[in-house]
Amino acid sequence: MTTTDTPCDNGVNVQALLDARNALVDAPEAAQFTWKASTEWKGGTHSYSEVTEFFGLGGDQAHRTTFGFDADHPEVFASEDHGATPVEFVLVGLASCLTAGVAAVAQNRGIQLNSVKATIEGDMDILGILGGDPEVRNGFNDIKVVYDIDADASQEEIEALVAQSQKRSAVFDVITNPTNVTVEVN
Amino acid sequence: MIGAGHAGLAVSHFLAQRSIDHVVIERGEVANTWRYERWDSLRLLTPNWQSRLPGVGYDGDDPDGFMTMPEVIAFIDGYAKHIEAPVRTHTTVSSVRPHGSGYEVVTDEGLWEAPTVVLATGGFNLANIPSVSGLMPPAVESLTPLQYRRPGLLPEGETLVVGASATGIQIAEEVHASGRQVTLAVGEHVRLPRVYRGKDIMWWLERTGVLDERWDEIDDLVRARNIPSPQLVGTPERRTLDLNALTSQGVRLVGRLAGIVEGKAQLSGSLRNLCNLADLKMTRLLDSIDEFVDQNVLDADVGSPERFAPTKVDDSPVLSLDLSRFSTVIWATGFRPDYSWLHARVLDRKGRLRHDAGMVTGAPGLYRVGLNMLRRRKSSFIHGAEDDARDITDHLAGYLGAGVRV
Repeated sequence: MTTTDTPCDNGVNVQALLDARNALVDAPEAAQFTWKASTEWKGGTHSYSEVTEFFGLGGDQAHRTTFGFDADHPEVFASEDHGATPVEFVLVGLASCLTAGVAAVAQNRGIQLNSVKATIEGDMDILGILGGDPEVRNGFNDIKVVYDIDADASQEEIEALVAQSQKRSAVFDVITNPTNVTVEVN
Repeated sequence: MIGAGHAGLAVSHFLAQRSIDHVVIERGEVANTWRYERWDSLRLLTPNWQSRLPGVGYDGDDPDGFMTMPEVIAFIDGYAKHIEAPVRTHTTVSSVRPHGSGYEVVTDEGLWEAPTVVLATGGFNLANIPSVSGLMPPAVESLTPLQYRRPGLLPEGETLVVGASATGIQIAEEVHASGRQVTLAVGEHVRLPRVYRGKDIMWWLERTGVLDERWDEIDDLVRARNIPSPQLVGTPERRTLDLNALTSQGVRLVGRLAGIVEGKAQLSGSLRNLCNLADLKMTRLLDSIDEFVDQNVLDADVGSPERFAPTKVDDSPVLSLDLSRFSTVIWATGFRPDYSWLHARVLDRKGRLRHDAGMVTGAPGLYRVGLNMLRRRKSSFIHGAEDDARDITDHLAGYLGAGVRV
């Protein structure tokens, strides 16, 4: 492994991740995770969500603390703009997932990162959500992420980091592939 | 020995050298899969000079060519005769199970008991078909590469080929050339040029030592054993067949087939990244070849370094296909071995044989040859059989020598 004999430190404990992979291949039931969030309507299009607990490694787990998120819509939508738009959370989810992946892959490949910046844009025709054109989908037509990365590596190695990060990204998979969604009412 | 393909025959050669009494049981004829489970136009992906088995090499006049299936069959058949392998043809194994300190092998021609059994039954017995195939509209004719023979046997109309490794790209090309519009769903793949700096890519992989890399030298063995077969075709012109070549012929590339809902295929938005990954990986390999040329004195003339155009992908590839347009779908989504007759607790939860480089885990005296990356990167190639067969035979002889008897 390149990790043990190189001085690079991106703050990712890759050895722990590799050990976890080896352990979970032999205990696949422990690899089954459930991620959770709860959301409460605050008024208008404003809602407040929290994440604390999740399930994995065969038992209940929790974050160090509860994280909260306000979501709303901007004033051009005649909303009060108490927080980011839900589709912006999707963009944040993708960019932060890919960026975590870049760091982990770089650590595994012995590449020191100095700075990693991503800008992300998602194009959308809002006639879809407004019901103004049945041919137009509600979601993004196209998402574009641009990375600026300063690392002790060649341009090709940096491109390979970003490509590998996409290959192993949960959010990239969620966005690029279909997922069954069930919404029930108690 | 179960299976009289190139891998089984190579083991038979080394067993005979050590005077170890054995029989090679074959359900059909020598080289059976090459006879009956391959499409008509297929040629080997490895050049003729690389077609060698223990003690026998290629002696024809076209070392840089690629064997057709009849030529492969003749080569392997000739080898069986040359080594006078004790092959029992048309003998189908229905069960292998532990028995005493050895194994009981039940066939339709009688029962054998043996202290050791070597499984050389091939790695491509069954087609892997994704579960989403069950949602295909019934009007679309569904074929695996094991059933596909030639374009003329397909219905007229558009064809969807799922999978863009060696099998998928070759079938996509010839079906498209027959006048049928072809759409190719592209997942993870390995891109290679057929010829680089004037030499076949297999020449480089052999010369740089890549094909000799052993299982115990590889960081990620799970990945190495599951790498899709590279996008290569064997043709007299030594053509490169990559996605750009297919696009220029008019084949349409779409993303991985991710789902089917109400007769519409949902295609993954990962196409650009998967093509980018394959381009980057190919360039890394070519870089390492150039580095090898710079650092070594070669006994052959080689051309100048070259780089190949990135894979062209539409700016916005389609994400959905109306499947009612298609008359045929071909599932070029990989193959797996058949172990339905193996009655021993040696498979993992995904039905794969647990083994340590050919020694089956928890089953002393049971061996496997002829799988991808079994002991070396070349393990599944014809010329890769020799080193693996020698190693396995050494181990088997040691095991028998330790006094194990039925």
